[in-house]
Amino acid sequence: MNDILLKFILSAGTLFIMFNIAGLLTWVERKQSAVMQDRIGANRASIFGFKAMGMFHALADVLKMLSKEEFIPEGANKFLFNLAPYLSVTFALVGFAAIPIGGELILNGHSIQLQAANLNIALIFIFAMMSMGVYGVVLAGFSSNNNYAFLGGMRGAAQMIAYEITMGAAIMGVIMVFNTLDLQALDVAQGAYMFGGWVPKWGLFVQPVAFFLFLTAATAETKRTPFDLPEGESEIIGYFVEYSGMKFGMFFLADLVETVLVAALMATLFCGGWQVPYLHADGFYFPWGGHIALANLPVVILGVLSFFTKVAFFIWLLMAVRWTLPRFRYDQLMNLGWKILLPISLINIAITAIVITLLG
Amino acid sequence: MENPTEKRRAELEKYFDPKGSFGLLRVSQMKRAWKQTNRRELNFWENTYLPMLFSGIALTSKHFFYNVFFHILHLFGIAKGTKGAVTYQYPEQQRPLASRLRTRHRLTKREDGSPCMMCETVCPARCIEITAAEHPDPNIEKYPAEFVLDLGKCVYCGFCVEVCPEDAIRMDTKILNIAEYDRESMIYNKKRLMES
Repeated sequence: MNDILLKFILSAGTLFIMFNIAGLLTWVERKQSAVMQDRIGANRASIFGFKAMGMFHALADVLKMLSKEEFIPEGANKFLFNLAPYLSVTFALVGFAAIPIGGELILNGHSIQLQAANLNIALIFIFAMMSMGVYGVVLAGFSSNNNYAFLGGMRGAAQMIAYEITMGAAIMGVIMVFNTLDLQALDVAQGAYMFGGWVPKWGLFVQPVAFFLFLTAATAETKRTPFDLPEGESEIIGYFVEYSGMKFGMFFLADLVETVLVAALMATLFCGGWQVPYLHADGFYFPWGGHIALANLPVVILGVLSFFTKVAFFIWLLMAVRWTLPRFRYDQLMNLGWKILLPISLINIAITAIVITLLG
Repeated sequence: MENPTEKRRAELEKYFDPKGSFGLLRVSQMKRAWKQTNRRELNFWENTYLPMLFSGIALTSKHFFYNVFFHILHLFGIAKGTKGAVTYQYPEQQRPLASRLRTRHRLTKREDGSPCMMCETVCPARCIEITAAEHPDPNIEKYPAEFVLDLGKCVYCGFCVEVCPEDAIRMDTKILNIAEYDRESMIYNKKRLMES
């Protein structure tokens, strides 16, 4: 009974945190792009005179979208049309279940893993769920009874399949190095150190090529600006042209949730997840010989903070990329995916295999 | 040493097209021609996009961190002089205007301003309409009983200011927001023009 309650609390907490981060991203996106371009950004929406640096614009947007007309085009498949945005959001959110947000918390003698679902195939589960996200895109394009939306959906499907293969091949190297598919075990394994204890054995340092491949493929997976051909909000018309009101908002939200998911995945796979450099289960052990003893609770709290700092950094990076780079042409996109990234990731797997075999 | 600007200019001169356009347009045409003949293949490293990708992100991040640094300082009330953004919060905060900028007209307050009709005559948009009247004081020739200026027609050329022998009309109010909901409110009479 207690275990089920605990799982409920953990999953509700994870969902709450991730959902709020995704909602906050609308604000982050506006503000960061503004600050990067020497502007100020949205700062007028206020509640009783409080402006909170424009954060209420997200609330205002939601109110606006909820009060707008839900338009269903003539000849559309109503069931699939209504289903598509829910599929997008659901499959983006479900992935968070398998991401560990912290280490092992010991409460009253009970050991609690700060992870909603302790799957030993967590990585495969997340990738399956991210692939299912394609269905939202394809169905939205297919059911709208609009040729432009249909083309957008097809573009999205082709792009996501192309980059999913690269993404899967890129993390293969990480899996081979750490020898596990369980994300919690992967994080624990990343607590080791290399080069005389100075450099933490993070995925970023053992698999730098895979990191860049994954970063590129994951940006493509979130369908954001250098790779936003499926949507192309203002010019090339994407799969959700026919959507209005909160259903459009849900596609928008699914994008932002995917951004958070990708950032969390990058933090987990390549930056040690909740690992803090030189922090072990009973405190800091510095390579120059210092030692600070810490109890279990502060260690876990530091770990959770470290995880969210890494997630915030990767979100920042994805946003910076989104507001810096111009969009690819479609042939460039396909060339990059199939002719450059996929061969590099395959070569990376081969070299990693050889090196692991040679090192024993 | 050769001046690099001069050298570049001399190189551009080769692409001078006598049948081309004039002025800045001609320069841009010459630059385009220079680019077309001097185009080169990208090398392998440039073809990977990576150098431009990193330099682009470095540039935007530089702006980001510079601006964030000053925004944070402003929260503590430090370094207010250095701005973190180029934005002017317009209705509350007006941009500094050039001293010679022509803004909404005003009439100067002088009793002996005579209705010489110079401004009405010179106005290319014919937006000024003066009604002259006899002044009770015999030493003063006439005075404008009414001075109507239709801002809906005015083209802000400033001829009325230039032509006035008595410095009776000026365009230095720094008022830019003259928008109204109907055309009648755009018509300013003497009283309204003298108020500001």
